Amino acid sequence: MVISNDIDLSLLDPVLEKYQFEEGALIPILQETQQVYGYLPEEVLVHLSREVRVPLSQIYAVVTFYSQFYLTPRGRNIIRVCRGTACYVRGGRSVLRTVEGFLGIREGNTTADYKFTLETVACLGACAMGPVVVINGKYFGKMTSTRAKIVLKAI
Amino acid sequence: MAKVSLTIDNQKVVVEEGTTIFQAAKGVGIEIPHLCHREDMLPTSACRLCVVEVDGARNLVASCSYPVSNNMVVRTNTERVIKARRLIIELLLSDHPFDCMTCEKSGACDLERYAYELGVPTTRFQGEKHAYPLDETNPFFVRDYNKCILCGRCVAACNEVQFVEAINFAHRGFNTKVATPYDRSLLDSTCLFCGQCVAACPVGALTEKSRRFQGREWEFRKVSTVCPYCGVGCNIELDIKDNRIVRVNAPANGVVNQGRLCVKGKFGLDFVHSPERLTTPLIRDGERGDGKFKEASWEEALDLVAKRLSELKNRSGADSLAILSSAKCTTEENYLMQKLARAVLGTNNIDHCARLCHASTVTALSAAFGSAAMTNSIAELRDADCIFIIGSNTSENHPIIALEIMEGVRHGKTKLIVADPRKVRMVDYAHLWLRQKPGTDVALINGMLHIIIAENLYDADFVQARTEGFEELREAIAEYPPSIVSQITGIPVDNLYQAARLYAQSPKACILFAMGITQHTTGTDNILALANLAMLTGHLGRESTGVSPLRGQNNVQGACDVGALPDLFPGYESVTDEVSQGKFEQAWGVSLPDTPGLTVVEMIHKAVAGQVKGMYIMGEDPVLSDPNNTLVVRALKNLDFLVVQDIFLNETAKFADVVLPGVSFAEKDGTFTNTERRIQRVNKSIKPIGDSKPDWQIISELASRLGYTMTYNHPAEIMEEIASLTPIYGGVHYDRLNQQGLQWPCRNRDDPGTKYLHKGRFTRGLGKFHATPYREPFELPDEDYPFILTTGRILYHWHGGTLSRHSPGLAEIRPEAEVEINPQDAEMLCCSDGDLVELASRRGEILVKVKVTDKSPQGVAFMTFHFKEAPVNRLTIDALDPVAKIPEFKVCSVKINPATSQE
Ligand code: SF4
Ligand code: SF4
Ligand code: SF4
Ligand code: FES
Ligand code: FES
Repeated sequence: MVISNDIDLSLLDPVLEKYQFEEGALIPILQETQQVYGYLPEEVLVHLSREVRVPLSQIYAVVTFYSQFYLTPRGRNIIRVCRGTACYVRGGRSVLRTVEGFLGIREGNTTADYKFTLETVACLGACAMGPVVVINGKYFGKMTSTRAKIVLKAI
Repeated sequence: MAKVSLTIDNQKVVVEEGTTIFQAAKGVGIEIPHLCHREDMLPTSACRLCVVEVDGARNLVASCSYPVSNNMVVRTNTERVIKARRLIIELLLSDHPFDCMTCEKSGACDLERYAYELGVPTTRFQGEKHAYPLDETNPFFVRDYNKCILCGRCVAACNEVQFVEAINFAHRGFNTKVATPYDRSLLDSTCLFCGQCVAACPVGALTEKSRRFQGREWEFRKVSTVCPYCGVGCNIELDIKDNRIVRVNAPANGVVNQGRLCVKGKFGLDFVHSPERLTTPLIRDGERGDGKFKEASWEEALDLVAKRLSELKNRSGADSLAILSSAKCTTEENYLMQKLARAVLGTNNIDHCARLCHASTVTALSAAFGSAAMTNSIAELRDADCIFIIGSNTSENHPIIALEIMEGVRHGKTKLIVADPRKVRMVDYAHLWLRQKPGTDVALINGMLHIIIAENLYDADFVQARTEGFEELREAIAEYPPSIVSQITGIPVDNLYQAARLYAQSPKACILFAMGITQHTTGTDNILALANLAMLTGHLGRESTGVSPLRGQNNVQGACDVGALPDLFPGYESVTDEVSQGKFEQAWGVSLPDTPGLTVVEMIHKAVAGQVKGMYIMGEDPVLSDPNNTLVVRALKNLDFLVVQDIFLNETAKFADVVLPGVSFAEKDGTFTNTERRIQRVNKSIKPIGDSKPDWQIISELASRLGYTMTYNHPAEIMEEIASLTPIYGGVHYDRLNQQGLQWPCRNRDDPGTKYLHKGRFTRGLGKFHATPYREPFELPDEDYPFILTTGRILYHWHGGTLSRHSPGLAEIRPEAEVEINPQDAEMLCCSDGDLVELASRRGEILVKVKVTDKSPQGVAFMTFHFKEAPVNRLTIDALDPVAKIPEFKVCSVKINPATSQE
């Protein structure tokens, strides 16, 4: 599951130091840990579990409960296609298929070269612009299959 | 606490503030349906089946977590409540297989029960159903996720009761399930297979493998008895069908373990039904040691034993015979065995494995306090302010005692100090870990004494009123200032101060120790030093204080109590004391030998020398359990006659002339005395396997053949005799041994027994301080043998493995021996996990696989003695403590080489 074999655990030290004396700070610690490593590698969680004295089983429970946490490495570019009803009926479905085809992965996965991660999201609250695709935090509205390919090629 | 009064179903109820509605209702006999709640755990409020109506509250409330308040009016059984409960059951059934006809849980399943009671035959909801594969990956139990109702009891059992924290809820929504980290098999998690989760599950989601297809819940006969493995003495209940133990449970009201067990008690008792059990007497057929035997009748076998023992006695004298009794057998059997030795054969040559584990405890605590047993009780541990564990791998060797300690630590009550060269699991719970070099315990304790006196932290009143020898102690420990102690032990000076202060300044502090302290050539001194520590600080004679040796075997305490020792009669009366001698001579109607007999290791040495010619060994396997086993084998080969009584053909039995098949704990009546001096009834649960016989009967029949008639009809009669001769057991009678047992001293029928010793007065009057100068271990590492070898046990196995390795599950989970070494040492030796190495000492060598772990400090190798394929006692040294004659199992020096030449 973990692909990187040179994970630097010392990168975690500042995070641990910051929350040293706080009880129940597990979620912010995990969030910051994820910022450091881009995801939550197993070695890091094992180390964290020892340091903050929270059992690994409980950390795993939290990490798998919240969708914001990732146990596998993510791509350098995060593509999120809206799956909300408004977008979907206006062609979102075929945009998603196009993107999947272009990247060669199904939604929820990451390309082998870690260049892209493809996710779907429920309504992004920008229905008027639908179909919406968010690439690295930037919104692209009125998406079509053709435009999607152009945007992706440009990355 | 304030009282609250309320009404439940029109009954007035008065309870303490903070009580839940559920508890209040239970108190007046109203049982509210519930699935997720269990009284030994915190409420999770997951299922909501326990809902009730509270006047004035808009919604129904979950009674298992809702606290009562004054003038509350509760209704537990209204139409609205029933409707809500039905709905809950219906929803649960919508994602539950309708499997009751083949489900093992049927008849004891709460879901089935409530569906029946609430009249919910089926479900209207046709939602998505799970189709998980059965998880059968571990040897002990199966998890069927499809039957899981996500009540969370198993999670609470694991986290709050056993403190293992192997499992939790993972994932979300429809995919929520109970999982280990990364959804791996429990084998790859921290799970210790205690089975607490299985016992807690209200439905058929968790099932012991042993009981699958072995019968339905209502077909089992239940027998309460005591676990036969360790000195904790857990109360167990056996489910029996067709003369087979199908499952083991722990009754929630068990006085020792309150419903908790470790893997050995829960899943390791199936050795009873091993096909390798001895079922008939055997007589040697071929050369000694070949292990070739022919079957014999009891008549033949016992006649032969009687004939040969008499011959040897007549020819070479009674002292040419020696008996090894067994801490695995009942107290009654040990009593008979020592009576056989003394009254029938006429020798004091009787000893048992206590010599190898706690002989030094007996000598030291007798000298310091006047009686040698755990001063306090297990249940007091959770109330201690400080616990000092030294030389005890508690969580592996006394698992339930470890849980009592963790209880106090978890609730912020107890500060724990662990002194151990190895990073054992208790270290994870410790406030302070002292990693002393092996064999330097006396120096460590002297150092603590020094600091306590220097800083005036000692209890001057206690010292003044209750002890003697303080001035000598003060002088002697002047030589152990922290700087020197730190050099000897390797413990930083700061930590020495912290430990001394914490222990001395805690209002209630107790000391626990085990074989890490006793099995040294300085064993007696180690314990005397600990006694000094407790006396100096006044941590004795009160609850949650004391000096408590954790006894290893299930009944080593009982075997010692009734004199399976070469120098002591039952009740610790000396064989050289004329008054005692007279008492026993009169009771037994014969004259008795008055010189102390041989100890275990001395018997072996004398057998090698040809002075001991005949041995009778019951329920022990000295070939695996005694030090320097090459010598043991030579001794056994050298005997004229050897009779071994056991339930398996163990390594020692292979050298026997006659093998007598005894029975396991499940096939006989009797008592075991646990480590806290609690005498508990062992109840016959099944008929003896094959033609085997209860050991007390075998001994009686043999005695009669030797011309001394023993006519006991039942062990109860033997206990009557023990009670009449042994003051500390004076009030012990079978009719009094109910579920609580009795803790000795219990002197007469009205005596309720004794929870803790030395209240107000020591058994010997004043407690006595002893100066204990530090001495080095007998054999230290040098150029040729650069590593220290230390030995011990693991959670999953027992001693020489005679029992545990005949339990298929235990054998599967830890199939072979490993030597644990530190990562740096591994690097230096260029070996890694699983590599075969040759481990050699001056006495022999063995081949064993390596396990690399930071549990071991650098320069120290650790190994267990459970595996006959890699018998570590070929390496250990038979150097003895001069007083207690206990061998130094904990330190010898070895070298480690890659095993290349062997193929
Ligand atoms: S067997 Fe014991 S340790 Fe393992 S998961 Fe169950 S409760 Fe936890
Ligand atoms: S396995 Fe049993 S105890 Fe655990 S959550 Fe499921 S139903 Fe409850
Ligand atoms: S702790 Fe000891 S007595 Fe209790 S179940 Fe385990 S082995 Fe048996
Ligand atoms: S449905 Fe896509 S943004 Fe609302
Ligand atoms: S029993 Fe009360 S919520 Fe489950």
